[in-house]
Amino acid sequence: MRLGLMAVPVAFFALFFAYPVTAIVGRGLKAEGDWQFGRIGEVLSRPDILDVLWFTTWQALASTALTLLIALPGAYVFARFDFPGKQVLRAVVTVPFVLPTVVVGTAFLALLGRGGLLDELWGVRLDTTVWAILLAHVFFNYAVVVRTVGGLWSQLDPRQEEAARVLGAGRFAAFRRVTLPALAPAVAAAALMVFLFTFTSFGVVQILGGPAYSTLEVEIYRQTAQLLDLPTAAVLTLVQFAAVGGILAVHAATVRRRERALKLVDPAQTSRRPRGAGQWALLGGVLLTALLLILLPLGVLVERSFDGPGGYGFGYYEALQSVGAGGSSTFLVPPLEAVGNSLRYALVATLIALVIGGLAAAALTRRAGRLVRGFDALLMLPLGVSAVTVGFGFLITLDKPPLDLRTSWILVPLAQALVGVPFVVRTMLPVLRAVDDRLREAAAVLGASPLRAWREVDLPLVRRAVLVAAGFAFAVSLGEFGATVFIARPDNPTLPVAVARLLGRSGELNYGQAMALSTILMLVCAVSLLLLERIRTDRSGEF
Amino acid sequence: MLSLQAATVRFGERAALDAVDLEVADHRISCVLGPSGSGKSTLLRAVAGLQPMDGGRVLLAGQDQAGVPVHRRGLGLMFQDHQLFPHRDVGSNVAFGLRMHGVGRAETNARVRELLELVGLPGAERRAVAALSGGEQQRVALARALAPRPKLLMLDEPLGQLDRSLRERLVVELRTLFQELGTTVLAVTHDQGEAFALADRVVVMRDGRIAQEGTPLDVWQRPASAFVARFLGFDNVTAATVTGQAAATAWGKVPVPEGSPQGEVDLLVRPAGVRIGAPEDGLRCTVGVRTFRGNHVTVRLLPENAPVLEAECALRDTPDEGAVVGIRFDAAETVVLAGAGMPSGA
Repeated sequence: MRLGLMAVPVAFFALFFAYPVTAIVGRGLKAEGDWQFGRIGEVLSRPDILDVLWFTTWQALASTALTLLIALPGAYVFARFDFPGKQVLRAVVTVPFVLPTVVVGTAFLALLGRGGLLDELWGVRLDTTVWAILLAHVFFNYAVVVRTVGGLWSQLDPRQEEAARVLGAGRFAAFRRVTLPALAPAVAAAALMVFLFTFTSFGVVQILGGPAYSTLEVEIYRQTAQLLDLPTAAVLTLVQFAAVGGILAVHAATVRRRERALKLVDPAQTSRRPRGAGQWALLGGVLLTALLLILLPLGVLVERSFDGPGGYGFGYYEALQSVGAGGSSTFLVPPLEAVGNSLRYALVATLIALVIGGLAAAALTRRAGRLVRGFDALLMLPLGVSAVTVGFGFLITLDKPPLDLRTSWILVPLAQALVGVPFVVRTMLPVLRAVDDRLREAAAVLGASPLRAWREVDLPLVRRAVLVAAGFAFAVSLGEFGATVFIARPDNPTLPVAVARLLGRSGELNYGQAMALSTILMLVCAVSLLLLERIRTDRSGEF
Repeated sequence: MLSLQAATVRFGERAALDAVDLEVADHRISCVLGPSGSGKSTLLRAVAGLQPMDGGRVLLAGQDQAGVPVHRRGLGLMFQDHQLFPHRDVGSNVAFGLRMHGVGRAETNARVRELLELVGLPGAERRAVAALSGGEQQRVALARALAPRPKLLMLDEPLGQLDRSLRERLVVELRTLFQELGTTVLAVTHDQGEAFALADRVVVMRDGRIAQEGTPLDVWQRPASAFVARFLGFDNVTAATVTGQAAATAWGKVPVPEGSPQGEVDLLVRPAGVRIGAPEDGLRCTVGVRTFRGNHVTVRLLPENAPVLEAECALRDTPDEGAVVGIRFDAAETVVLAGAGMPSGA
């Protein structure tokens, strides 16, 4: 039965992931029917490509280090301290994570770029420096660390550390010997996730990097869409694939280590009000960081969207309702229509992701052999494999019968669902695995068939997780950019695509409209997230 | 009702159930007793169909249960830690089995009310499971298991998680209840007090085999082996050579009842059979730790060059710690166990 459940997700990934990616890599590396592996060596010895590889790696390392440095104190504060507004703040710091990367880029442009807030105040511009990229990456991934590490930290029994203190360990020794080892796998898992997200960063670098800085993903996009150099793009895709595969393998190993028994307690018991000047200062520092790093960029973005040439107003929002207000043919339809398109696509993508991810999670629930575990890791691949490649792959593979979807609207939700599925699986799996097998046995002894037992026991217990998973899938579908930018039809752009197009053109009106559209996108994401935070009471999931 | 024939379950090389034969009679309470790892929980799971068997048969009311899935066996099982459904209230937990069997709503509600009254929780239908105390959870689990009127009710460490005084009260309640209802019960526990208070019939298990079977009185009076005797809490077990009505042991000569098996054996001297007297009167011992148990005292005695002995004496006769005493043995309180070196359980 387990194999039966797995058949649908496997078929889905084979058809809409493996096939397009292989096809496009094949097109790049094959000439007259023969594989040209020599091209790999050629491409990898080009100095410009080596520059890209080097930059991709070091900016990912730097971003990860910076994120840990800034977010770990935050994780501690959220785990151990009680303060008014904690729930709301936890939701707020999570907003960036589900924000479309395009919006993140735009927000930092509004803060650090030409005519940005810092430029106006002190004449400081960072948008052509690497700092803008690093800060945007911290902004984006802050919640990953706070949630993964803080979630575990809040459930660690403080009495363990107390026991060490009574046995003669100093405050620092107790932390180092007891808390740190328990925390280390979670820190490692979070760091790897951040590294994965920043290594494959596209939207942020595309907007903030300028001509000087380019990650692998941006380079793949440039080679594919602008230079039409498919062989180079194929080699880069393979390089990224290998790197992501390696990161995921390490991640899977650390997560498995984390699943090993730790005595966890109710988070409500472990936090208390800060005491003493030191703890208040720490809390203040974390709150200030959150304010500057997260609220400020979002605030500036909103402010810019209202700051028209004739003073504050809804000018840019009104302009979104008409075609080519700037006298250009950026759009075939009013940009505001992108809102409706995005919502429709994201809704369908969420449904697909829930069905595929739900089936996969159900199949993976019972820990089993190597095969199943391998499948588990495989499900994470779409998070890291070049979305640009997937998008372009869709175009060249799904264009002939029996699967001619080139002109079909379903193409976009399919691509978006690919990134939604990992979130669904990651959110539902821990909850499903936490369901005590003996509850199912109790139901069986009382006369429930296996299917009935699933409906009566598993489903009610994971209902909450399903809603959370749906929310995440919706948010990431809404923000998906790399693949959508290829396959969204000109007359049906999504919000992130429309924002990117507006940013790609000059003129104050285009810039203002991009800010306005980003604000709308941010609001839609934030609202769905806040709804989630109300539902979510357990923090057992990974995101 | 229930009959196991050569039931065998293996985990790798180890046999958790090793060709076990067992009969549970209608309307009787049988209790399987054994240390952890003796295979008693596996036995319950095999009967319920939760654990596939590697050999042998399970018969319920004469019907072979091979190929009958768990949910069609019509059994009741109370799990060790109750396993109440956390997302359902008390009433809906109790009603679960009835719903699975397609019982109508009105009848279900009536039955739930009846059962909650029976277990001493009248009107608790709407209460949340998480808000129940350990004892209340145990009662709800019992009501849930009883609701569909199972052919056989199985209890896995029914009172294991409760505190001592509650356990002692509930065990009496359970026995009275099962006798009134005429339920056929198969319980497993590691607690001998619980087993003897609850059961009509006790089955002692060791390493996947049955070490002894009988009424509580039988087993208590005549343990079949050194293992059973030690498991029941008797520590005065030693190797002995029996000749006529005397046994040669490390403690010297010990009288044994008439007609005892002869030769190399294991010998049990119940603490009550160790009589304390003046130092020159029998085996010389130093008095060690004393444990006060209500109306009697258990005393550890340290003989010179022989294993420690345990004696039971009246409160007012208790010697001081460190005193030197002499001891004699009472033939009526000694039991010759299976021959030394023979496999236990034989």
